[in-house]
Amino acid sequence: MGYIVISVLALLCLLPFWLIISGSFSAEDDIIRDGFRLVPNHFSIDAYKAVFSNPMQIIQAYEVTVGLTLTGTILGLFFTSMAGYVLSRKDFKYRDKLAFFIYFTTLFSGGLIPWYILIVNYLDWKDSYLALLVPALMSAWNIILMKNFMKSIPDSIVESAKIDGAGEFTIYWKLILPLSTPGLATIGLFLGLSYWNDWFSANVFITTESKYPLQFLLYKILASAAVLKTDIAGNLGADFKAPAETLKMAVAIVVTGPIIFLYPFVQRYFVKGLTIGAVKG
Amino acid sequence: MILPALLFFIVFSYIPMVGVYYAFTNFSFDGGLFGSPFVGMQNFKFLFESGALYNLTKNTVLYNLAFIFVGNLLQLICAVFLSEMAGKWFKKTTQSIMFLPFFISFVLVGAFVYNLFNFETGSVNALLRGLGLQPYDFYLHTAPWKYIIVFFNVWKGLGYGTVIYLAAIMGISDEYHEAAKIDGANIFKRIRYITIPLLRPTFVLLILLSLGGILKGQFDLFWQIVGNNGMLYDATDIIDTYVYRSLAINFDIGMGTAAGLFQSFFGFVLVVTVNWIVRKVQKDYALF
Repeated sequence: MGYIVISVLALLCLLPFWLIISGSFSAEDDIIRDGFRLVPNHFSIDAYKAVFSNPMQIIQAYEVTVGLTLTGTILGLFFTSMAGYVLSRKDFKYRDKLAFFIYFTTLFSGGLIPWYILIVNYLDWKDSYLALLVPALMSAWNIILMKNFMKSIPDSIVESAKIDGAGEFTIYWKLILPLSTPGLATIGLFLGLSYWNDWFSANVFITTESKYPLQFLLYKILASAAVLKTDIAGNLGADFKAPAETLKMAVAIVVTGPIIFLYPFVQRYFVKGLTIGAVKG
Repeated sequence: MILPALLFFIVFSYIPMVGVYYAFTNFSFDGGLFGSPFVGMQNFKFLFESGALYNLTKNTVLYNLAFIFVGNLLQLICAVFLSEMAGKWFKKTTQSIMFLPFFISFVLVGAFVYNLFNFETGSVNALLRGLGLQPYDFYLHTAPWKYIIVFFNVWKGLGYGTVIYLAAIMGISDEYHEAAKIDGANIFKRIRYITIPLLRPTFVLLILLSLGGILKGQFDLFWQIVGNNGMLYDATDIIDTYVYRSLAINFDIGMGTAAGLFQSFFGFVLVVTVNWIVRKVQKDYALF
């Protein structure tokens, strides 16, 4: 029975992906007449032709997203691990006070609107990449998780390094960081995933089309608020009309692609990190 | 070395807390924070009397309850089944597949919903037409969305939660199972009398912990699935979507901040209460 339940659930997890892939390879006329199906009536790559006929917009969005993801993950990991390190040191006097100072932000917040007004009116980050990058760098949960990982590193390592005359930053950089790789990997994945999948901050802060990250571009195309700029008439002949429905699905595939290919490799680290975190409580 | 983090939280968390003052004003963009006229509790009063607050709170709480219970239960079942499976290949493959939805963006989830339920071209309606039945316009009826939203939320978190429960199951000592096997217990008996009772504390605590956040919504999920569809507000509007609308569509800053403050304040009270209960049940698991 277990096998059946698990198989059904796994199939349900795959089904939507399959429908999108099938939709992206269908002929537009079939979709308009019969709707999306599990198997395309007529196999067609028109949608992909349209997407790649003038890929500038998607390449641009890829650049924005990759740039944000890399910078955000590296900076975020750096700041999170530094904070986690300080809070994990038992000989740090203000440890509990600062830990609560950070933890309290998960309990109470000003809410979306004051946060938005701060970023737009006071920091003046409207339509700036900073608005996409900075507010997502750190989260209290990540710092707490990091602190818990680092707590398991024996104090004697820090002490012996101190005796050898190492400064605090050297200890953190040369000793603690290399010993915290599982924690760093897990939090790095969390950060990377949240930057890659972010559409909300672009939705509220970004107005220039060329600054759209991938997921927001997809959102706009799905909502039909924007049409992908494909130079179809020039490239594919005059009788070719833009396949709107299948195009949406093709863009969804192109935009999601790397995650789908990377996830089996990434998943292993995730499971490892989560398992360590869960067992430690 | 902790300075960047402290600065970050002061700027992005503590300074906006001052901004809850907007909730007590009739906000105007010219006036700014303290230039807008002070109106006291009027925003709250309006939210309360218009019935908006009641409906929003009800939706938020009920959805979260459904997410928490259905989600945790399924995750637990999956973890128990997976842990008992012998075929390594089958186990690994299905677990990977169930983890897949966790990695994709809510925008893609929105694409799935569009693909499935869209009136003209959605797969469900294609199927209905294929069977010779009347197509159904999902976007005009409130009834199905409860299930659709709960389904996709549970769907997205299934793999992740299963891993957490699997870790807890792995933490159960093998000796229990060995002893039971010698006594002649079959696999179902062992699940029933060993795995489930030993997992109960983890289950209860995970549920308790998530109850603290019951007023917080999943903005991404709701917005990508339903969007700003006024027809469906009764069934799909939660505090987070209301606050977002106040900001981005209606420009009703005072009212939106008031709803946000209500959410934060009662969420805070709830977390403190839940934490107090957890402390009574199992001291080690308390948050603070």
